[in-house]
Amino acid sequence: MQSPKVALRARKDEATEARLATLTLPETGGWLDGLRADALSRVRAMALPGPRDEYWKWTRPETLISPDVTPAALFKDDEPPMFDEVDRLKIVFTSGKFDAEASDDLSLEGLTIERLAEAGATDLHWARDLYGTLETNGQTPVERPLAALNTAFATDGVLIRVTGKVSKPVSLIYRRESEASEAILHHVVKVEQGGEMTLLENGPAAARFNKVLEVEVADEAAFHHVRTQARDHERRAATHIFARLGRESVFKSFTVTMNGVLTRNDCVIELTGDDAVAHVAGAALGDGDFHHDDTVFVTHDAVNCESRQVFKKVLRNGAVGVFQGKILVKEGAQKTDGYQISQSLLLDDDSQFLAKPELEIYADDVACSHGSTSGAIDETALFYLRSRGVPTDQATNLLTLAFLAEALQEIDSEELSGLILARLEGWLERRRG
Amino acid sequence: MLEIKNLHVKLEEEDKQILKGVNLTVEAGKVHAIMGPNGSGKSTLSYVLSGRDGYEVTEGSATLEGEDLLEAEPEERAAAGLFLAFQYPVEIPGVGNMTFLRTALNAQRKARGEEEISATDFLKLVREKAKTLKIDAEMLKRPVNVGFSGGEKKRNEILQMAVLEPKMCILDETDSGLDVDAMKLVSDGVNALRDEGRGFLVITHYQRLLDHIKPDVVHIMANGRIIKTGGPELALEVEKNGYADILAEDA
Ligand SMILES: Nc1ncnc2c1ncn2[C@@H]1O[C@H](COP(=O)(O)OP(=O)(O)OP(=O)(O)O)[C@@H](O)[C@H]1O
Ligand SMILES: [Mg+2]
Repeated sequence: MQSPKVALRARKDEATEARLATLTLPETGGWLDGLRADALSRVRAMALPGPRDEYWKWTRPETLISPDVTPAALFKDDEPPMFDEVDRLKIVFTSGKFDAEASDDLSLEGLTIERLAEAGATDLHWARDLYGTLETNGQTPVERPLAALNTAFATDGVLIRVTGKVSKPVSLIYRRESEASEAILHHVVKVEQGGEMTLLENGPAAARFNKVLEVEVADEAAFHHVRTQARDHERRAATHIFARLGRESVFKSFTVTMNGVLTRNDCVIELTGDDAVAHVAGAALGDGDFHHDDTVFVTHDAVNCESRQVFKKVLRNGAVGVFQGKILVKEGAQKTDGYQISQSLLLDDDSQFLAKPELEIYADDVACSHGSTSGAIDETALFYLRSRGVPTDQATNLLTLAFLAEALQEIDSEELSGLILARLEGWLERRRG
Repeated sequence: MLEIKNLHVKLEEEDKQILKGVNLTVEAGKVHAIMGPNGSGKSTLSYVLSGRDGYEVTEGSATLEGEDLLEAEPEERAAAGLFLAFQYPVEIPGVGNMTFLRTALNAQRKARGEEEISATDFLKLVREKAKTLKIDAEMLKRPVNVGFSGGEKKRNEILQMAVLEPKMCILDETDSGLDVDAMKLVSDGVNALRDEGRGFLVITHYQRLLDHIKPDVVHIMANGRIIKTGGPELALEVEKNGYADILAEDA
């Protein structure tokens, strides 16, 4: 007789092997191959997530690990491409492959950009110390097998090394061409001391997208990240950000998600140098068949650091939002200033928000606060607006944007926050009446 | 302009009758005042007219320029020209005062089949009206009523009224919480809007406001009904003697 626990593990192993059977480990003949092989053995040791995993209790992992990709209808975008107005360096991935024709020349002052698929062939490379390293660190205390799977099987990605203050954003654009496509991309960014860059991301990439972004922000360096996840209704995505911050460094990441049948965004941040600042924020808007999960883990392991997590979700017609957020303050991480807020605006009774905010603190001189709320539109405010002539649907949208405002404020660039705001307005406007 | 006939209103949630047959007609160009003891139903009347949820009209009617008010949505009533300056203006974090005002003005214009106002014209209009009410630019930039003092909120109500230019203005205790100078500002604001085509219904507890905004007619409301109607002298009588005599007369 097998114990239930052993049987459960056996089922997970079986699912893992079924998934692995559909993948081949890319071989480039250089530094990368060993790291991929390591990652593969880590995947086998952990097994891919199962529906009974505590960390997946509100988000079903099956369609993210199944051997076959659930097809997702291609989406006809009725808006001009995101960030079109921004002066930026464009790097396009079509169906998970680097698209040289659609991309700009990969040179820009203050940084070097290489493709993972090409850079892996050399014996020595700066990315060797980072690729899969931050991901591995991020596997404790909670396992993230989908990220290890990515490290093993990523077909491409960019390796960006920032040595100066970069004048314009680097923009990763994902496009998809087929209904059942799958993409596994892995990016590594290293911002050297005093360096500064902004990374933009947008587009659907694939019917099923697995993406990892590892970011090392050295002392006195800054990394800004703004991404929009595509409006394709049926696409699925599991993404991970792993960031490690040095002394007096800044890391700011903002994600806006509108639509998508399934999204799981993990963000794992480690503050390892004193006086560092990490902000991670998001706005997710879902209507109907929409499941969005933000899972954030911020570790304070240095003195006088600040971290903020600001996540807002607007849910209607049965959409589901999940937030699992943790602030871990290690022993000695005194003067930590940690803040976490997760809120949902439920536009009807069918929608649902599930939140697990956590604080774990082993230092005595810290200021940490967290809160989570779930509520409907404020009727008093709604009536006030209507009594001035604003129709109900328009008033609701005004109040919805007001609800999202705190998250949007986390974007430093006014140009970018303006563009995001316009997209949010568009999404709400299309649902009026 | 505004015609209220035999209006009976109860709370939706419980069996409590609040208005028990209100009859009141405000003609265009006139200012009517309503006074009356606490809890007599003055605010309820203003809420029912503007369309707030939670009340049930059991009998009677209310029309604005002959059109039925009670069946219309609050935003339709506003577009038709009804305006209520709230006794307790609402704070709306995250919605800028200017955005709010422009959205409201344009929504009303659209509902009436008029052109939207341009951003520049709007800015000019609001600046001009704000100036006469001594509302500074910084206040306009803030979210609606957030962090406003009691008096500032009331002035903001009058600013909205001045910008929206409604036909029928109901002011619910706009004077409460105002200092003497603010009372003068607000009254000047109201008086500037007095016009042949516009009616006013001013709810107040104090004669002082009526020194500034001279009413044509004064009503006394008690226990859900208008129990006495007269000229400005009626307000003076209340100020001097309270409601006891009038209530006794009615009993
Ligand atoms: N939603 C409600 N629930 C319960 N009682 C209510 C509600 N609305 C009004 N009332 C009651 O109806 C009566 C009339 O209230 P209303 O606010 O209209 O009085 P008012 O004349 O404006 O008083 P005041 O001069 O104090 O402003 C009061 O007894 C009040 O408690
Ligand atoms: Mg009242």
